[in-house]
Amino acid sequence: MTATTAAAASARVNPLTTGQLPAWSPWAILLGSWVLVGGVFALMNTGGDPADFNIAATLFLGTVLFVVLLTVFSSVAENRRRAVDRLVTSLVSSAFVIVLIPLVSLLYTVVVNGLDRFDAEFFSSSMRNIVGEGGGAVHAIWGTLLITLGAAVISVPIGLMTAIYLVEYGRGKLAKAITFLVDVMTGIPSIVAGLFAAAVFVIFFGPGTYMGIAGSVALSVLMIPVVVRSSEEMLRLVPNELREASYALGVPKWLTIMKVVMPTSIAGITTGVTLAISRVIGETAPLVLTAGITASLNTNLFSGPMTTLPVLVFSQYRSPGIDPTEALDRAWAGALTLILIVMALNLVARLVAKIFAPKLGR
Amino acid sequence: MSKRIQVNDLNVFYGKFKAVEGISMTIEPRSVTAFIGPSGCGKSTFLRTLNRMHEVIPGAYVEGEVLVDGDNLYGEGVDPVLVRRQVGMVFQRPNPFPTMSIRDNVLAGVKLNNTRMAKSDADALVEKSLQGANLWNEVKDRLNLPGSGLSGGQQQRLCIARAIAVSPEVILMDEPCSALDPISTLAIEDLIEDLKREYTIVIVTHNMQQASRVSDKTAFFNIAGTGKPGKLIEYADTTKIFSNPDVQATEDYVSGRFG
Repeated sequence: MTATTAAAASARVNPLTTGQLPAWSPWAILLGSWVLVGGVFALMNTGGDPADFNIAATLFLGTVLFVVLLTVFSSVAENRRRAVDRLVTSLVSSAFVIVLIPLVSLLYTVVVNGLDRFDAEFFSSSMRNIVGEGGGAVHAIWGTLLITLGAAVISVPIGLMTAIYLVEYGRGKLAKAITFLVDVMTGIPSIVAGLFAAAVFVIFFGPGTYMGIAGSVALSVLMIPVVVRSSEEMLRLVPNELREASYALGVPKWLTIMKVVMPTSIAGITTGVTLAISRVIGETAPLVLTAGITASLNTNLFSGPMTTLPVLVFSQYRSPGIDPTEALDRAWAGALTLILIVMALNLVARLVAKIFAPKLGR
Repeated sequence: MSKRIQVNDLNVFYGKFKAVEGISMTIEPRSVTAFIGPSGCGKSTFLRTLNRMHEVIPGAYVEGEVLVDGDNLYGEGVDPVLVRRQVGMVFQRPNPFPTMSIRDNVLAGVKLNNTRMAKSDADALVEKSLQGANLWNEVKDRLNLPGSGLSGGQQQRLCIARAIAVSPEVILMDEPCSALDPISTLAIEDLIEDLKREYTIVIVTHNMQQASRVSDKTAFFNIAGTGKPGKLIEYADTTKIFSNPDVQATEDYVSGRFG
């Protein structure tokens, strides 16, 4: 009796699993479409040079064919809902891959070209008295770090306090006006920020003044709105219940902001500040106007021109000296260094965010 | 420790909208007073005026006076921060500070005010407050873990411990059990019973059984219609409100004939 029931149960097909394409079918259809389209292109290319085989068109048309075939198969073998699901899933996944292509390609190009000069000399010497081979970017690395640090020191307090004003105190027309102006500032072209800072420093120090701090001011014009907007979003995310809990304990408003609101949102604020730094660290145009271009190491923000990595890349490309290949290699190595600095910054910010994030016990 | 609250002809406004009208009542020290009534009738709004918490909402203001042992909370130059140190509050949803440990949550009222405190005093205060909130035995081994890791009922008792750690005169509770299961609710009701020996307690509740179980006096609020201000209909001993109230509307409400 029991044996027959067991046998019947195993023979019986679960109705919930019927009418579905097997799990491997999308991959098989994708591969099949590529092979099919590749075959067509190979036929069209018969007798020609194998190097002329059109691989990009094969992948593109093959993927289009895959999307069409999968939807058709699914609507025949399955039902309409599954067919639409498969159509959208394949479109979304393709979009994801398409987005990755330029990113990976960019990283690959920068790493391959940058590694040629990514050596000890690059990090130990400046471009002083170098017209041909050799030379390095130590002056530009210092310049990048110092000018960006200066910009952060100026923008983070101003931006954060503006955000606190907007979220905690600002009511009525003044707050609306500030929000509007911050939005306008977000759209300022960087060259305008550079001209502004250059003009300000010309007023105080006369024409032809190049200083690292002028670059910092130009960058902070670009950075402040980003810091304001991101910090504002983060502060607004702090639940009002926490503020009320603090007020109900007889804690004044400023202490509530300092000790409840800020710690709760510090992780998001750190991320926002890092994004703002990443946005300005790659600026070139405003720095050429304000901090100038130099081949020598200068670690004093308040006197003399300074060069940053993007400006170094620009100047190496623009005026390569007597050996253009060497200059281009230096430019690529500079770009690679810049990407590494930004990446390191992001890692640090993630670490900070993780350390400060509100912990959920258990 | 506990103080008498006297409310004289109080109107509460949100901008132009009059939310609560003409409330006069006296809340005795060392007693539990329950506010009942349909949603939107101004119970919570009125409760929040008792420690000036309603001012947190932009545009809210008050006419009339609230006297705590004779001192008007709405007199000229009164600092709301000092008011709130005397009149503590427990909210509907448990809201422990997510960045703080259980211990720091209890000490929040002290620490957030930058008051220095010896470690032994702090330890004693933590133990006393958690004992007072009936939570000590459950958390004494994990005081340094985050407060948000506790269950909902434990979090609410943590919030009560946090409120009593600053030793207020009055504790306001805004539907403290509405998000809790019956067992946690029972724990909090027992706690209210204990706390009443030292504090004046005012509790808003939608649960009429709860009002009849925990309170000495009950106030029934009602609203004539949407957009009209809420009013105090009847305020009397809990037994009277629930057995033979003077006003017909009260009887209809507590007997479940409407609402």
